Amino acid sequence: MSEEMPGPPEPADKIGELIVRARRLTTTLRGRRDAIRKRLPRRTGSVFVAVLIAAGFVLPLFFSQTSGFLEATLISLAYVVMALGLNVVVGFAGLLDLGYVAFYAIGAYCMAWFGSDFFFKEHIHVLVSGIAAHEIGIHLNFVLILIAAAIICSLMGMLIGLPTLRLRGDYIAIVTLAFGEIITVLAVNGTSIGLGGGQTLTNGAQGISALDEPYFPGIGSFNLLKLRPYYWLIYVIVLLVLFVNLRLRDSRLGRAWVALREDEVAAVSMGIPLVRTKLKAYSIGAAFGGISGVFLGAYYTDVNSDYFQFTFSIFVLAMIIVGGLGSIWGAVVGALLLSYINYYLIPDVINSIPHDFGLNFNLTTLSYGIFGFLLVLVMVLRPQGLVPERRRRLELTGAIAAEDSQLVEVQE
Amino acid sequence: MTVDAPALTSERLVLRTEHVTKEFGGLVAVSDVSFELPSRSIVSLIGPNGAGKTTLFNMLTGLYKPTSGRIVLGERNITRARPDVITSLGVARTFQNIRLFGAMSALENVMIGRHSRMRAGLFGSIVRPPWVRREEREVRDRAAELLDYVGVRQSQFGQGAAQLSYGDQRRVEIARALASEPTVLLLDEPTAGMNPQESQALTDFMRKLRDELTLTILLIEHDMKVVMGVSERVTVLDHGEKIAEGPPAEVRASPRVIEAYLGKDPTDPPPTT
Repeated sequence: MSEEMPGPPEPADKIGELIVRARRLTTTLRGRRDAIRKRLPRRTGSVFVAVLIAAGFVLPLFFSQTSGFLEATLISLAYVVMALGLNVVVGFAGLLDLGYVAFYAIGAYCMAWFGSDFFFKEHIHVLVSGIAAHEIGIHLNFVLILIAAAIICSLMGMLIGLPTLRLRGDYIAIVTLAFGEIITVLAVNGTSIGLGGGQTLTNGAQGISALDEPYFPGIGSFNLLKLRPYYWLIYVIVLLVLFVNLRLRDSRLGRAWVALREDEVAAVSMGIPLVRTKLKAYSIGAAFGGISGVFLGAYYTDVNSDYFQFTFSIFVLAMIIVGGLGSIWGAVVGALLLSYINYYLIPDVINSIPHDFGLNFNLTTLSYGIFGFLLVLVMVLRPQGLVPERRRRLELTGAIAAEDSQLVEVQE
Repeated sequence: MTVDAPALTSERLVLRTEHVTKEFGGLVAVSDVSFELPSRSIVSLIGPNGAGKTTLFNMLTGLYKPTSGRIVLGERNITRARPDVITSLGVARTFQNIRLFGAMSALENVMIGRHSRMRAGLFGSIVRPPWVRREEREVRDRAAELLDYVGVRQSQFGQGAAQLSYGDQRRVEIARALASEPTVLLLDEPTAGMNPQESQALTDFMRKLRDELTLTILLIEHDMKVVMGVSERVTVLDHGEKIAEGPPAEVRASPRVIEAYLGKDPTDPPPTT
């Protein structure tokens, strides 16, 4: 190809060549992988998954109870839950949701409301132990709070879904963004929302603190000096959420979501109820966000309105884009990758590098720049994401035009 | 009354419109159209571009709600019913510009068509009890059967819909429509882009569909050879109005139809009626 080209090859050509080579390599590797797969016994897949799950369980035993890596890991796992939730809405159903922080906030506030002395006039105790069993306020068992948050968030998810039903693409993004902002402003100004008798809705930027430690009858109370139980708790939650996601993907509902994402007009003409199907996506995504919010609230032991920023929604969205929109394993990989970079690599490993060069700043101040750069890198080199969805892979090789997709008149 | 062309009144009607009008702002796309679809017939809807044929289709399938008038399916008024409800009541369609789900395989596309005949909800999808497993298996098998029935080769079942050949995409779209077990099948220009042999094959296939699956077929068609060859009745729209209706030969001879297609002969005297 360089024969007709005069002069030395442009740098862009080198990059192009690299990309071509990388693609060729992937094809060869894929071929080999398929060949290896054929020779393996039939059960290998499930055995591999079982080993992987077991490895996840024993992982914290290799780290100390207060290890920074373990802390980063369990926070990352909480983000995996968020990413899996957002992936249902954005990845499966194609509804661009920029207000996901709302469900983190609602989940975390559920933890605060139902697991602290915040409602100081109440004396409700359900399946709790230690101080929590005697203190004033509402104190529910952690599992009950999880369930409550999941239910409340799924209802809120439907609420945000309703006004977006007639909208598409960018317009959905604007409405959901506004919803996220409403919730975060509510969190800040909740101090002025009186519920009677001096009780307010939130405690704003002062925060609600000393949230109950998770307690499980038979296992006992958690303790922040021991991180392993927290890890196991979020790990089990991740496995459950993962299971639900995998089941949904290959189900009647999962197919309906993808169909709506691909072509709404064709989907409703094939008998898919638009409103119900979209609302289910919103509510499931929201429920996962809420569950993760409860866990993070309990882990941080306080809920402060400063935690809930618009950038959080973008952070989770970046995870599923880097991983590959619509891909479950992509969401897992993207969430782990970005949150490890954010909570471990930047602050604990490379933070002081500028100082080694005589520069007076920490890399944490540049973290958004680093993320932006990574996102651009992924978009240029691998627009389908690190672990693309199988269905999207089918599509990217060819393109189908879905014009006049503005056809449906939603009337409900 | 001959055996070949039974009178309409003796037939059961599956679908009819009564004075249906659709306006977009000031534009009247379909104006006061009444027509009937007798059970197990093949009816063509023809007319020049912009005559309102596809708009009428979109009203029949619930994508548009008529500005006025009624649409009745069997005994049921479906004028304002949602598209998915109409599909579950037994009306399925294909699109003029093929609208398959590009990110899904041919098989999955057809499985989507079966959505309204499945029961698994949120809970069933997650827990996947035995009846859901059975349902999934049956739907998969049925989708494969249908693909086979419309003539898609087995090697193409797992292909992404966007990568299929044009002919296969048309076939998959018909299979997807059939998957919802319709009683009425609406085909929007099914032979567009086909050569004469393919058109002929599709014409034969429509008859086969009607006879084997006891379907009623309404098609929008521009290819007059197909229209004259396959349809028992033809309805002609022009500027949103029904200008003729009847057996193909009769419609073809109608001066108004000729005028709509070829334009008015300026030397003609103005019509006296």
